[in-house]
Amino acid sequence: MNVTLIDYGAGNVPSVERALRRLGAQVETTNVAEKISAARCLVLPGVGHCAALIAALDAHCLRQPLIDAVGRGAAFLGICLGLQALYESSEEAPTLPGLGLLPGRVTRLPEDVKLPHMGWNTLKNIRATRLLDSVPSGAYFYFAHSFAAPAVGEESAAVSEHGREFIAVLEKENIRAVQFHPEKSGAAGALVLRNFLRAAA
Amino acid sequence: MSLARRIIPCLDTDGARVVKGVHFEGLRDAGDPTELAARYDAEGADELVVLDIAAARDNRPTFLETIRGVAEQLAIPLTAGGGIRSLEAARAVVRAGADKITVNTAAVERPELLSELSAEFGAQAVVLAIDAKREGGGWQVRIRGGRQATSLNAREWAQRGVELGAGEILLTSVDRDGTQSGFDTELTAAISNAVSVPVIASGGAKVPAHFLEVFTRGAADAALAASIFHDQVQSIRALKEFLRRSGVEVRLPC
Repeated sequence: MNVTLIDYGAGNVPSVERALRRLGAQVETTNVAEKISAARCLVLPGVGHCAALIAALDAHCLRQPLIDAVGRGAAFLGICLGLQALYESSEEAPTLPGLGLLPGRVTRLPEDVKLPHMGWNTLKNIRATRLLDSVPSGAYFYFAHSFAAPAVGEESAAVSEHGREFIAVLEKENIRAVQFHPEKSGAAGALVLRNFLRAAA
Repeated sequence: MSLARRIIPCLDTDGARVVKGVHFEGLRDAGDPTELAARYDAEGADELVVLDIAAARDNRPTFLETIRGVAEQLAIPLTAGGGIRSLEAARAVVRAGADKITVNTAAVERPELLSELSAEFGAQAVVLAIDAKREGGGWQVRIRGGRQATSLNAREWAQRGVELGAGEILLTSVDRDGTQSGFDTELTAAISNAVSVPVIASGGAKVPAHFLEVFTRGAADAALAASIFHDQVQSIRALKEFLRRSGVEVRLPC
C-alpha cells in the first residue's frame, strides 16, 4: 500500500511514518501540492495548535489539492488535528477557515476537567466502521488535546468522553479520522492503522 | 469508563546508558535504554520518560541518539528532557522522536521558555518538571538536580508555569526521591488541586500501595518510577492489575 503522508512540519510525522512502515506500507512524506493532488491514500497527521496546521497547509498551497483528492475519492485518514481540520472552523483559531469537508465547528472541552485531555481513554456509542474492525470494545487509545468535534454529526463512528462527549472516530465515505493518536496507542492503535490501510486498498 | 491513571517508567541516562542514584547522587549502571524501552512498552507502560542527567557535561549528540533508539522501540508516548534551554535544543529532541519536552532548571531561570515551547509544539507537548522540597509549611522549588534552593514556592510556580504554557507538571519530591518510602501524597494533592493540567507524581515509589495512595489521596493523574521497574522489583502489569482490583481505572493492554 502506498501512503502519502502530508508533512507540513507537525511533531508527530516521524512517529506516524514509523507506525505505518511497521505495518508494511510504503510511505512518502511530502508537502508538494502535485503529489497530494495525485495521491490515492492520504494521511494528515497533526498535534499542537490548530492554527499552525491550517496556516502551514495554506503556506504550502495544499488546501485545494487536498480537498480535490478527497473529492476524487482518495482514501483519507486524519489524526488528532487532522480530524479537527476537516470541519468548517475551530474555536482554537476562530479567524481561520477549516477544510470544510464536514459541517460544524470544533469547540473547547469544558473547563471543569483537567486540560489537555491527556492520556488513555476508551470509546463508546460505536457504530460499524472499518477503522474499528476487531478492536476490542474496552480498548484504550492515547489522547492529547483540548479541543474536539461535538458528538452530533452523522459522521461520528465512536465517541469518547472528557467533560463532555466528543467525536473520537469518524467515517463518511472515503473520509476517516481519529481524535486519538493511533501511532502512540500500542497494539490497539496499530490495529486501527492496519484497518485504514485495508479499507484504502 | 473514563481517563485512565498512567504508569510511567523513567530512564535517567548518562551517555548511552541508563543510570540510577539515591537522592540525585551516587550513580550506578542500570541497563541499555532501548532494551528497557522495548520491555516497558511490552509490559504495558503508558508512557516513557527519558531524562539526560549528563546534560551539563556536553553529551548532547549521544542523548539525541538515545532518543532516536528509544523512539524506534515505542508505540506509546515519549517525553524527553534534561538540559533543554532553548527552542532549538527542543526542536532537536522532538525531531529525534520525542512527543513531549520536559524542562526544569531552564524554565526557572527563564520562564518565557515555557511560552516559546508551547507556541511551537502546543501545550500538550510541554511538561514542566518541578523538584520540590518541604520547607516550613510548604514546598520550595529546587533546581540543578535538586541541589540548589530557589525562592520559589512549588504551588505558585506550578500555577505560573501553566499560565505560561505548560500542559503537564512532572512533580518530584526531593525528600522522597530514591528513598522507596512512598510518594509525598500531600505535596501531590496540593499541586494537583491547584492547577488545571495533569500532574505526574514522582519520588519514593516502591510497593503497589504507594501508587494506590498517590492516585487516591494524592489526586495524581500519573505516577512515575525508575529503579523498582529497572530492577524488576515491581512488574508494571502486576502493578496495574493491583490498581484495577483496588478500583483505580488503568489501561491493561490486550
